[in-house]
Amino acid sequence: MSDSVIRAAHDVLIVGGGGAGLRAAIAIAETNPGLDVAVVSKVYPMRSHTVSAEGGAAGVIADDDSLDEHCYDTVSGSDWLGDQNAIEAFVREAPRELLQLEHWGCPWSRQPDGRIAVRAFGGMKKKRTWFAADKTGFHMLHALFQTSLRYAEVTRYDEEFVTRLLVDDGRVHGAVAIGLMSGRIQAITAKAVILCTGGCGKVFPFTTNANINTGDGMALAYRAGAPLEDMEFVQYHPTGLPFTGILITEAARAEGGWLLNKDGYRYLQDYDLGTPTPTPELRSMELGPRDRLSQAFVHEVEKGRAADSPYGPVVHLDLRHLGEALIDAKLPFVRELCLKYERIDPVHELVPVRPVVHYMMGGVSTDIDGATPLGGLYAAGETACVSINGANRLGSNSLPECLVFGARAGRAAAEYASAAGSTPSVVEAQATDEVRRLERDLLGKRPGGESIAAVREDMQATMEEAAGIFRTGPAMAKGADTLAELQERIGDVDLADTSRSFNTELLAALELANMLDISECILQAGMQREESRGAHQRTDFPARDDERFLTHLLVHRNPDGRSRIEHMPVTITRWVPGERVYGR
Amino acid sequence: MADSIRLQVSRYRPDTDAEPHWQEYDVPLRKEWTVLDGLNHVKNEIDPTLSFRWSCRMGICGSCGMDVDGEPKLTCGTFLTDYEPGPVTVEPLANFPVVRDLVVDLSDFMAKLPRVKPWIIRDDDHRTVEPDVEYLQTPEELDAYKQFSMCINCMLCYAACPVYGLDPEFIGPAAIALAERYDLDSRDQGTRERLDVLIEHEGVWGCTFVGECTRVCPQHVDPAAAIQRYKLKAAMATVKAFLLPRGGR
Amino acid sequence: MTELRLYRRPVPTWWWIRKRSYFVFVMRELSSIFIAWFVVYLLLLVYAVGRGEAAYQRFLDWASSPWVTVLNVVALLFVLLHTVTWFTLTPQAMAVRVGGRRVPAGQIIVGQFVGLALVSGFVFWLVTG
Repeated sequence: MSDSVIRAAHDVLIVGGGGAGLRAAIAIAETNPGLDVAVVSKVYPMRSHTVSAEGGAAGVIADDDSLDEHCYDTVSGSDWLGDQNAIEAFVREAPRELLQLEHWGCPWSRQPDGRIAVRAFGGMKKKRTWFAADKTGFHMLHALFQTSLRYAEVTRYDEEFVTRLLVDDGRVHGAVAIGLMSGRIQAITAKAVILCTGGCGKVFPFTTNANINTGDGMALAYRAGAPLEDMEFVQYHPTGLPFTGILITEAARAEGGWLLNKDGYRYLQDYDLGTPTPTPELRSMELGPRDRLSQAFVHEVEKGRAADSPYGPVVHLDLRHLGEALIDAKLPFVRELCLKYERIDPVHELVPVRPVVHYMMGGVSTDIDGATPLGGLYAAGETACVSINGANRLGSNSLPECLVFGARAGRAAAEYASAAGSTPSVVEAQATDEVRRLERDLLGKRPGGESIAAVREDMQATMEEAAGIFRTGPAMAKGADTLAELQERIGDVDLADTSRSFNTELLAALELANMLDISECILQAGMQREESRGAHQRTDFPARDDERFLTHLLVHRNPDGRSRIEHMPVTITRWVPGERVYGR
Repeated sequence: MADSIRLQVSRYRPDTDAEPHWQEYDVPLRKEWTVLDGLNHVKNEIDPTLSFRWSCRMGICGSCGMDVDGEPKLTCGTFLTDYEPGPVTVEPLANFPVVRDLVVDLSDFMAKLPRVKPWIIRDDDHRTVEPDVEYLQTPEELDAYKQFSMCINCMLCYAACPVYGLDPEFIGPAAIALAERYDLDSRDQGTRERLDVLIEHEGVWGCTFVGECTRVCPQHVDPAAAIQRYKLKAAMATVKAFLLPRGGR
Repeated sequence: MTELRLYRRPVPTWWWIRKRSYFVFVMRELSSIFIAWFVVYLLLLVYAVGRGEAAYQRFLDWASSPWVTVLNVVALLFVLLHTVTWFTLTPQAMAVRVGGRRVPAGQIIVGQFVGLALVSGFVFWLVTG
């Protein structure tokens, strides 16, 4: 078997072993113990980027809270672009998923009586963010991973990179993967595939995202014929450390931190975000939504009121008044990161911060069960666009999104796989083609002279220039032209590394190809959306235009490789589009 | 401050090399650069064939552990300026088989981890319990195991442990710390099941309390403490089994 | 398809002198032999006392021979090392809680030395008093 092009056959294959992928795997193992499920991940599951999430996970549990309020915060936070049926399902199921994780051992922070504690978060009108100090993602991921170990029926392919989905007649039948350690390229067939590969922050130069966040699942789906949705919406988190881009969680502001300009002034009051109060006010000032806070930063820079740093303009996050005891209890990781990477102690000093690319609202277009238009293909987590996040995601909605839609996609894929027929033989030929492509195009030595790092840096610079916090049509068009040149250039990339074993240069080349495709989708959608909404702010179209653009943009890939944009209506159930109001 | 520093990197390519050898690279020395930044400079600007693992670059994913000047370190949190004037040696984590360059084989740990049953075990099997309400847990009960729940599986403790180096059968510090993490969790009832595994010769008794695991742990988990407490627990269980009818179960 | 060729690094014979902590650890392990020697020595003493005055005198003569004295001095040093290293490791092995608060490591270590002094004082009084 091991020398054949088909390595193994499973019922469901999950690509990605982070929060969404592991949740999907457990959902399948629990609901359909007879099904054979496998998780293929390019890193060991506990290395997945879920591990870096800090602040918390939103779910209605407090007595004074309600599902409707969480829905409204999410809908208005999305600038009315989120699909309200999806948001309602999400809000309804999030508390139960978080409780499930509690039962699986997640060390949620507690109230003195032993019940779950919740904290405030940006754009949320009630305290509903569950947290495990400020390492929430780490604890969730490890609880999920360790719990998944008890399901012997889940096969894992660790450190294997999926290069292509196998598709026949509008249905997905598995994937081709390269084992990093062995260098072996083989197909793993499956009746259904769930993509849970996370985001693509690495298309930008300055991001909170880990090195692995290269949009692999989005690119796989796009090339296989599934459309990407809401790709123009890129979230900048307002508080990243300069140089490294390391995230300083929104929880720092939820616990009472202030944002100050170089004059020590809480500048957010100048941007229709409310009036300063000594203690944090929900949906106001520092607890406004991320898009508005990042945009305010740019205006402060333009007014010359940002401070200078060796890595460009910054503002300051002031935590000093919170005191050492609270910082150590609720924000220990923030203190650790500041001490290590900035040599600054937030107990006594101001922390320099600036906006940093953090999250993709867009992704593989799915329905509320994680199903894409392609038969047997599902997606969940940041890779997917359901869309609950619309034009701007609220902090602490992404972790429960991984759980809710990971579980939903898992159950839906299990049902699909149970009814699906056998794998067609044409798949074997496709797999053979893919193996040949990788052997010939990448591992076969030939002159070229382009370096991967150089092309990648140019792509990142292009994206920062064209798809930053504020955008214009001409800048995006210019960026798209540059991307087309970069696509030519990666054809000439020369792999110096011809080794089979752990060839990270080959991996980087494959990831770069994925990122270039994703970059193009971001810019194509951005150019089409001639309005400003949420995280997509165009100085040439500064107003929201519900008449023309209360709609999702879907990016399809034409057979010739070029992209094609289609519109898809936003689902509105109970909340008619209105003004986004914060701090008043 | 000099403007560059020399990295002495251990290279091994299984296709061509019989054994590892050193290769030297000069990288810029900047105050905010970590050893990982230095390696990435090599990879991007000097020699794209150098292989190593890394991801989050903020000390939480546990990918980038290597031996720096003979000490197991997370390279993303180890600054080049601390090794001035150099050279700095960078080697794959000790005690593990080398796959390639700075990449080691972790499959031994991945196989051992499930053996200590690092998940919540309850008499009311969780598969049948609907999670409608939380299991109550006071902040004090949380504090009892919190420290042991901080393990990021970076494997520095295995690289520092001479017992693991001499006897790869030893289940090792991180796995035992995780067992202790669940034992101390007020929601868990699986102590007995885990003890049955750890009471074996290659379980806690393999440890001779060198204490290096605790010293190198970047998350201050203190695996050495977990292991010694486990020994106490195992000893008590043995005494009970000897003295009480039906082994005190 | 190439087979995986992992490189297993040999453990050098002198691995334990490369780090101070490893060296202390190996010395501590070695100290067990001398602890065992003290036990044997004590048993020989008790045996000699039990067999009467003459046997006891023969034991004392033997014990004061140069090589036994040297051995005992070395053994004493190792036993001290053994005691000190284990006492300092105790707080890690035992989380002692009094009134809900964890007792600081320093207090546990000092407590052990105080205990050792008391027991030694008692034994000294028993023997000489």
